Amino acid sequence: MHIRLHTLNQSIRFILIQNRAGKTRLAKWYMQFDDDEKQKLIEEVHAVVTVRDAKHTNFVEFRNFKIIYRRYAGLYFCICVDVTDNNLAYLEGIHNFVEVLNEYFHNVCELDLVFNFYKVYTVVDEMFLAGEIRETSQTKVLKQLLMLQSLE
Amino acid sequence: MPAVSKGDGMRGLAVFISDIRNCKSKEAEIKRINKELANIRSKFKGDKALDGYSKKKYVCKLLFIFLLGHDIDFGHMEAVNLLSSNKYTEKQIGYLFISVLVNSNSELIRLINNAIKNDLSSRNPTFMCLALHCIANVGSREMAEAFAGEIPRILVAGDTMDSVKQSAALCLLRLYKASPDLVLMGEWTSRVVHLLNDQHMGVVTAAISLITCLSSKNPDEFKTCVSLAVSRLSRIVSSASTDLQDYTYYFVPAPWLSCKLLRLLQCYPPPEDGAVKGRLVECLETILNKAQEPPKSKKVQHSNAKNAILFEAISLIIHYDSEPNLLVRACNQLGQFLQHRETNLRYLALESMCTLASSEFSHEAVKTHIETVINALKTERDVSVRQRAADLLYAMCDRSNAKQIVAEMLSYLETADYSIREEMVLKVAILAEKYAVDYSWYVDTILNLIRIAGDYVSEEVWYRVIQIVINRDDVQGYAAKTVFEALQAPACHENMVKVGGYILGEFGNLIAGDPRSSPLVQFNLLHSKFHLCSVPTRALLLSAYIKFINLFPETKATIQEVLRSDSQIRNSDVELQQRAVEYLKLSSIASTDVLATVLEEMPPFPERESSILAKLKKKKGPGAVSVELEDGKERGECVNFNPKPQRTSTPSPSADLLGLRSTAPASGATPSAGSLLVDVFSEAGPSATSAGVNDDGFLRFVCKNNGVLFENQLLQIGIKSEYRQNLGRMYLFYGNKTSVQFVSFNTTLNVQTKTVEPLVEGGAQVQQVINIECLTDFIDAPLLNIKFRYGGALQNISLKLPVTINKFFQPTEMAAADFFQRWKQLSQPQQEAQKIFKASHGMDTEVLKAKLLGLGTALLENVDPNPENYVCAGVIQTKAQQVGCLLRLEPNAQAQMYRLTLRSSKDTVSQRVCDLLAEQF
Repeated sequence: MHIRLHTLNQSIRFILIQNRAGKTRLAKWYMQFDDDEKQKLIEEVHAVVTVRDAKHTNFVEFRNFKIIYRRYAGLYFCICVDVTDNNLAYLEGIHNFVEVLNEYFHNVCELDLVFNFYKVYTVVDEMFLAGEIRETSQTKVLKQLLMLQSLE
Repeated sequence: MPAVSKGDGMRGLAVFISDIRNCKSKEAEIKRINKELANIRSKFKGDKALDGYSKKKYVCKLLFIFLLGHDIDFGHMEAVNLLSSNKYTEKQIGYLFISVLVNSNSELIRLINNAIKNDLSSRNPTFMCLALHCIANVGSREMAEAFAGEIPRILVAGDTMDSVKQSAALCLLRLYKASPDLVLMGEWTSRVVHLLNDQHMGVVTAAISLITCLSSKNPDEFKTCVSLAVSRLSRIVSSASTDLQDYTYYFVPAPWLSCKLLRLLQCYPPPEDGAVKGRLVECLETILNKAQEPPKSKKVQHSNAKNAILFEAISLIIHYDSEPNLLVRACNQLGQFLQHRETNLRYLALESMCTLASSEFSHEAVKTHIETVINALKTERDVSVRQRAADLLYAMCDRSNAKQIVAEMLSYLETADYSIREEMVLKVAILAEKYAVDYSWYVDTILNLIRIAGDYVSEEVWYRVIQIVINRDDVQGYAAKTVFEALQAPACHENMVKVGGYILGEFGNLIAGDPRSSPLVQFNLLHSKFHLCSVPTRALLLSAYIKFINLFPETKATIQEVLRSDSQIRNSDVELQQRAVEYLKLSSIASTDVLATVLEEMPPFPERESSILAKLKKKKGPGAVSVELEDGKERGECVNFNPKPQRTSTPSPSADLLGLRSTAPASGATPSAGSLLVDVFSEAGPSATSAGVNDDGFLRFVCKNNGVLFENQLLQIGIKSEYRQNLGRMYLFYGNKTSVQFVSFNTTLNVQTKTVEPLVEGGAQVQQVINIECLTDFIDAPLLNIKFRYGGALQNISLKLPVTINKFFQPTEMAAADFFQRWKQLSQPQQEAQKIFKASHGMDTEVLKAKLLGLGTALLENVDPNPENYVCAGVIQTKAQQVGCLLRLEPNAQAQMYRLTLRSSKDTVSQRVCDLLAEQF
């Protein structure tokens, strides 16, 4: 028997969307950090991720965790998870999220995320909650988002 | 501005965001923000009541300002007001503000909770979800207190909408992680587990995270989830790529749910029910088969989703570690990935293979990929991939390939990235020691290490080579010759000087016959490095010189002259000056006999676990060493990130010939390093005012009677003990390591003792005698409480005295027939205690024998038919009764495991001896 002592039930610690200049377009935290720590994490993630090129993996060790990230045009989508978490599942989790944003904002661009920051939080909460994947069906998520959009 | 064009946005907000974006400077931005803040403040304070829309807009602006990184100190009340609006958009902004700007303002919390309560009971699924998301995002204790009872009800109620169930499940998970004591699942357990059967895949996806968390904490209560998870998985895996419609992602059916199911199963051992197990094995085989099928799409999303499941399945196969066929298939699949054009896949394959290498079933299969892995180490562009390749080489190393792997790692070291050099050095050192067949290879390897990466060779590494050379007389001559040659290099690393100084000081005589390395040549060579070295190395060299005087009387005059020179005898460094003076005096006053006794060759070091291994474990952090952390503690770790332990470069008094030994037993600082030679300065010892019982030292005394039980910055406690039948006597030595008096020194024991002197002078030692009688068998050791004042501060130390039941063993010799007859007589289940455990030290035969003898039993030769096994017999003497005890230890060198079996006439004795002994190997 192979004994796994680590906790299996810790997953996403935070989700960050940053542009190449390091401006944060979304920060969603699933652990308690104070504001200074958040700022530090944001800067560190930016430093770690932007030096990597397309030949590198989409994973990078980060403190006691790892960052799974993917770059779309000028935006880096980063998810910080436990070292034992499934890299590819989160990598595609990012892509699934991006496809939903793209559909919802009709060809999403960075400005959409800036002007509609409060809606982006809604999209995130539909797909990820309490640091876990909540819903993966794009159809279901978009249907729900359109329903919410129609409400006053 | 899409928000505006869609006609549902807040125009004022969009204008404000545009203004901010148009600001040319930070100052302009701050000015604009301050203007806006003043405007909002006046609106909030104004006499005119704001309508919902305006309130929403201003709160949203405040939120935007906060997210830009500015402090917000008002608007909370307005946000709370929005919560009770019955318009979705207003409520949503209110909840968002609360979630982002959590504030434990007690008055507001009450209002917020009230609003949440209303929404939860509103039966409006949209409002219920908003409320649940807010709880999940904030997760405070107050919220757990208010809602932990209500949410399970919502989760399992028949009429709850699917989307609400999804949110409720994860909301509950968040509350459980934050306040497990408040979330009582009892009556809900079975209904929650049955969510795995829910028709809605989204509900299953959300609920399974909750179930996994609960299962890992209470596996027994949730074990029915195993068969449900298996059947759910089976249905997904066998479905066609279009069956699951919404949940098919790039032709892969429900990839995330599959991964979560496979992960849930990793909380449990393989299913006991044959049918369930069969079905699961079938699933795993199907997943492996699918990996071989041609892809249904060229898109990377397709292969990623497919491989996400594959890697999770392999994790489960490794977790079970019981299906050789699957393990080997997994290994072959990963082998294909090793050469895949996707860097991600190569990386993940290397990582996953690392764990496969530790399974006895797949170790050999992993080894067949050695050339590919070596190639990866040499050619991968991404350093993290090279790092994984190095990890895998380390994991697949065994006696058969050690030389090749060590050679490759050494050559890689020459160009390795700085970030991974130290770890590589440790790995090479460990492998070289672990698989050294001839020790000349070991010595060569370590000296190469110092040559190639001297800066990264920590004390642990060079101390260890010295220990090994001292303990192995077959390699001493070779070591002396090799260091002598290495020192010829015009620029050699200071660590090389240290090793060279030490080894020539001890064994220079073994090569002195050759005129090219005559005593004087050796001395001159060492001394030519002296002035380039740091103080600790110079101190070590001075000790080497005095050893030379003993080894080679003909060098005495030369060396005395060196010692006498002003640069030594008046050196501004106290340590160096003192050594020069003392050694000079010693060499002039002492007779040859005295000199020979004082400077005798170092006695062998006691065998211990390699200190290097402990260092590597420490370096790798919790990920690699599998340490379970409490949630809170883990949070702390992340927040106060402490960098990898730094190599201590502080000059240490123990970096010298004589000191090395005198500090040798001074360990006991941390459990992991408890038995190490050199950890005295690698970590601070236990804090002076330690509370709680310190039993680090305790287990080290199960198989021995004398040594240092405890040591911190102030106090050292040594122990000498002897036992005869059911009686024992223990001498405790309390040494004051400081130069200051300890006052009110007082020790109490929960058995009777003679009192000690209440004062312990600086640098002095007091002794205490304890007489011990074993009345009956026992588990708890006596507790020793030590209190004293040091410079006014009260120090309090609690220690477990190493009095264990095995101390009262009388060895019993017996023949094979006798042994097995008695073994059979003790065949009732409660008479036997058994443990199977991983070797945490080397499996050296001599060390094992010494430990078993130290236990107090007789080691019976030629009794067990398998010569690899050990059997022992003894009788435990207590006043009440005598307990006969038989022991069998079966090592499995390949798996690095032991099975230990104890049989005795008394169950408590079998168990206790088994527990104690299992910690020793």
